[in-house]
Amino acid sequence: MLTILFDGIAYGMVLFVLACGLSVTMGLMNFVNLAHGAFAMLGGYITVILMQRLGVPFLLTLPLAFIGVALVGVVLERVLYRPMYGKNHLDQVMFTIGIVFMAVAGADYLMGSSQQIIKLPAWLQGRFNIGGVGIGKYRLFVLVVCGILAFSLQWGFTKTRFGSRLRASVDDARVARGLGIPVNRLFALTFALGSGLAGLGGALGIELMGLDPSFPLKFMIYFLVVVTVGGTSTITGPFFAAMLLGVADVAGKYFVPEIGAFIIYVLMVILLIVRPDGLFARGRA
Amino acid sequence: MTLRRHFLKGVLGLSVAAAMGSAAYAQDVAKIGLILPMTGPFASTGKQIDAAVKLFLAQNGNTFGGKKIEIILKDDTGNADTTRRLAQELVVNDRVAFLAGFGLTPLALAAAQVATQAKVPEIVMAAATATITEASPYIVRTSFTLPQASEPMADWALKNNIKKVFTVVTDYGPGIDAENSFANKFKAGGGTVESVRVPLRNPDFAPFLQRAAEAKPDALFVFVPSGIGAQFMKQFVERGLDKAGVKLIGPGDVVDDDILAGIGDVAIGAITTHHYSAAHDSAANKAFVAAFKAANGGMRPNFMGVGGYDGMRVITEALKKTNGNTDGDALIAAMKGMSFESPRGPIQIDADTRDIVQNIYVRKTEKKDGELYNIEFTIIPMVKDPVKAAKK
Amino acid sequence: MSTLEDRVRASLLASRRWHGAEIAFWLLALAVFWLFPRNLLLLNEIAILALFALSLDLILGFAGIVSLGHAAFLGLGAYAAGLLAKHGIGDPLVGLAFAMIVSGLAGLLASPLIVKGNDLTRLMVTLGVALILHEIANSWGSLTGGADGLQGIAINPVLGLFSFDLFGKTAYLYSLSVLFVLFLVARRMMNSPFGLSLRAIRDNSLRAAASGVPPSQRLALIYTIAASYAGAAGALIAQTSQFVSLDVLDFHRSADVMLVLIIGGPGYLYGGMIGAIVFKFLQDTISAFTPQYWMFWIGLFLVLFVLRGRTLIHGGVKLIMSRLPARVRGKRS
Repeated sequence: MLTILFDGIAYGMVLFVLACGLSVTMGLMNFVNLAHGAFAMLGGYITVILMQRLGVPFLLTLPLAFIGVALVGVVLERVLYRPMYGKNHLDQVMFTIGIVFMAVAGADYLMGSSQQIIKLPAWLQGRFNIGGVGIGKYRLFVLVVCGILAFSLQWGFTKTRFGSRLRASVDDARVARGLGIPVNRLFALTFALGSGLAGLGGALGIELMGLDPSFPLKFMIYFLVVVTVGGTSTITGPFFAAMLLGVADVAGKYFVPEIGAFIIYVLMVILLIVRPDGLFARGRA
Repeated sequence: MTLRRHFLKGVLGLSVAAAMGSAAYAQDVAKIGLILPMTGPFASTGKQIDAAVKLFLAQNGNTFGGKKIEIILKDDTGNADTTRRLAQELVVNDRVAFLAGFGLTPLALAAAQVATQAKVPEIVMAAATATITEASPYIVRTSFTLPQASEPMADWALKNNIKKVFTVVTDYGPGIDAENSFANKFKAGGGTVESVRVPLRNPDFAPFLQRAAEAKPDALFVFVPSGIGAQFMKQFVERGLDKAGVKLIGPGDVVDDDILAGIGDVAIGAITTHHYSAAHDSAANKAFVAAFKAANGGMRPNFMGVGGYDGMRVITEALKKTNGNTDGDALIAAMKGMSFESPRGPIQIDADTRDIVQNIYVRKTEKKDGELYNIEFTIIPMVKDPVKAAKK
Repeated sequence: MSTLEDRVRASLLASRRWHGAEIAFWLLALAVFWLFPRNLLLLNEIAILALFALSLDLILGFAGIVSLGHAAFLGLGAYAAGLLAKHGIGDPLVGLAFAMIVSGLAGLLASPLIVKGNDLTRLMVTLGVALILHEIANSWGSLTGGADGLQGIAINPVLGLFSFDLFGKTAYLYSLSVLFVLFLVARRMMNSPFGLSLRAIRDNSLRAAASGVPPSQRLALIYTIAASYAGAAGALIAQTSQFVSLDVLDFHRSADVMLVLIIGGPGYLYGGMIGAIVFKFLQDTISAFTPQYWMFWIGLFLVLFVLRGRTLIHGGVKLIMSRLPARVRGKRS
């Protein structure tokens, strides 16, 4: 029982790291980036290539996945995304779906359509028991890494100057700009950070979620659920939403496997009916 | 009605012949419409079969019974509606003599009606749900059926002191086929079975494996489409089920030759029943594997590949028997009861059901010369599809 | 000199009148039946996709409702028509009506979710509903055949006269007729006060409400109508291919139809049809070139299209459209 809870939390943690970048982009620029999953996939493939072809140890590939995807994020933001900010949601959706399609086909072309497999270092394999609760070592590792990330993000978001400027811009970009906050640069940075985190999440998630070219499409719904349920103005909102989703998904499949596949969708629709602005949305006057 | 149809055919025949330039050209060529998923999640199936078909023609020339074989490859992306349209276009516009390929059960079923209406043989090279050959009298199968591969597993498990089995199958046609045929046979032999079905698009096996672990079975029977097998095997080991003494058994899809190297050492010790292993010990297979690897940059043939290879054999042998007559009924008659030595061992096309009859092998995944292989250790000779056999 | 009211009335009536280009379009659609006898199956698919896109246009182009899950109604209609035919009622027109009713009801049920909420909520809810339906169809194998698809659909000849043939002759004419009739209805509807009120809501729902248009009711109504249109497209799929697979509910259907409409341009009814022609043509030629990677090219097309091309294509179309009535108007005055 507790094992299931643990698995669910670990799963939710990865979801959080994957999705939190999306929530910030959506909140900051009101930009619907369905291609977020493509960044995550890129991170996963960076790890796979580094490990399989160059023999880089797993731990080292994680920061590399982060940096690599963040760099790609910066470039894409500058070249492709920026002209899209002023357009309507529909255009943004079409644009990012286009990017997803290209990423899916491109990954298929370059890496093949099969599931990618990595070999974890021995100390991350297997599991141990604490008081009858079986704990997978890798899942614990994921939990710790993502937990630290979540805390530092929350700290950065609420306590640093960068964070307060960011929050100000999310709340009202026009006023923030008027106050001399460089919203565009801030956004480019945030976008890079968000993409990087997605890349890291993709790398961490290979073991838990698998990695193949259809990744961006398969997990799009998960990211979107996290963001819509969690709201876009805080770090804690998406965090709890991701936890909820992870635990509900895993527990649902465990207890009632017959309807396991429905749970997240039903959850999402119900939450959206009850709280259309997200479960943890701050009231906005 | 018939009159109208004849008229239509006449008109169409004329226009098609005119479009082709000359009728004489059409008479010397037998076209095969090869419909495969070349993109999408099942692209590996398409690649294997396409490679095998090309290999067959490279080895055997391309003229049989006086007809030059021409392959028209179409990608249905694993989408049944597209399969149906492609089949229809191939029949109507390209006047193919054969439809072949069909990576998944729904795809094979989607084309069945076209095959019946047009009286064109449909050679199923991959899809494995038992009922497929009943969908049209023009369907012939060269792959396998899941009950055919799963039932012998129940016999083997009963004989080897396995009393309690937990089954994990993917929740779609073939998965349910595998679960039912195994569970029925196993229960009939006195074993107990607990089952869980996994959604097709499921990212994480953890909750299902946790259930399996708590049930403390002697063995875990698994069927997942090849491709996500690797993920399953890794989580099976990660959850410590192998150390708890749970055997991993099932039809051979989970340890597909194509992805076996990628699964890695966690696959060692899995017991599976299947109709083909790249390690099958025969001269025919060794030649096949060597040629296949040489032609495809070292890619190992899997059971999909051999299905495509044998499918071509069935098609060309039928053409030889009919002396190049491409009438659908004549071709089907020629295929019925056909038997020959395939890389997988002896096979036969059942004269009643047009389904394949073949040896099923019990194999264990082992490391041989530094590579993982499914080593066959018991043969169950000439197994018919049990579902159709039971109906009689 | 005419009063303002007269001029408004005149311009509203002008849009109701048939342009030469419109008549030519439909004549051409009929003519391709003889021009391309080898491509009737593809043409049939285009006609169905056009109807599906028309349905999306009603809500997106005219009422401003974005949807990422329009396939829900397509699939529902397809299964409704398919199941009806499987259980003995094989008349295509009855099946069509049944599918439209079923999908329309579903649209009505879903409309409260759509009417309130912003773009993002709508995208999510529509996506979620479509995914739930997909899962239901997948799990409820005893009814729908699950992943194997719905087998054994037998469709009677249309009007008892024209049976569906392998070449797609009946299929194309049938689909085209249905498309045409439903288009006429939609055209009439969008040029009526109801259609105008929808556009008012799309442009500014607050202002529309203030001038006496009840936004939620109107949106619910058009959503229901659009759902039944999508259901009709689904029924056409089921009937002309005599087969229904889970694919009709798949996400890519929703994405494709959106793409189709965006290519053709929303909000003037022909967008979906032009888009469907362009899309299917692209798909067919590109996938003939590189069967493996056509998704990449369609993605690239989308990206470039949104970034730059839209103004080019739509600018051209609008130019033609604006020239034509101008000339007609010029003659009259």
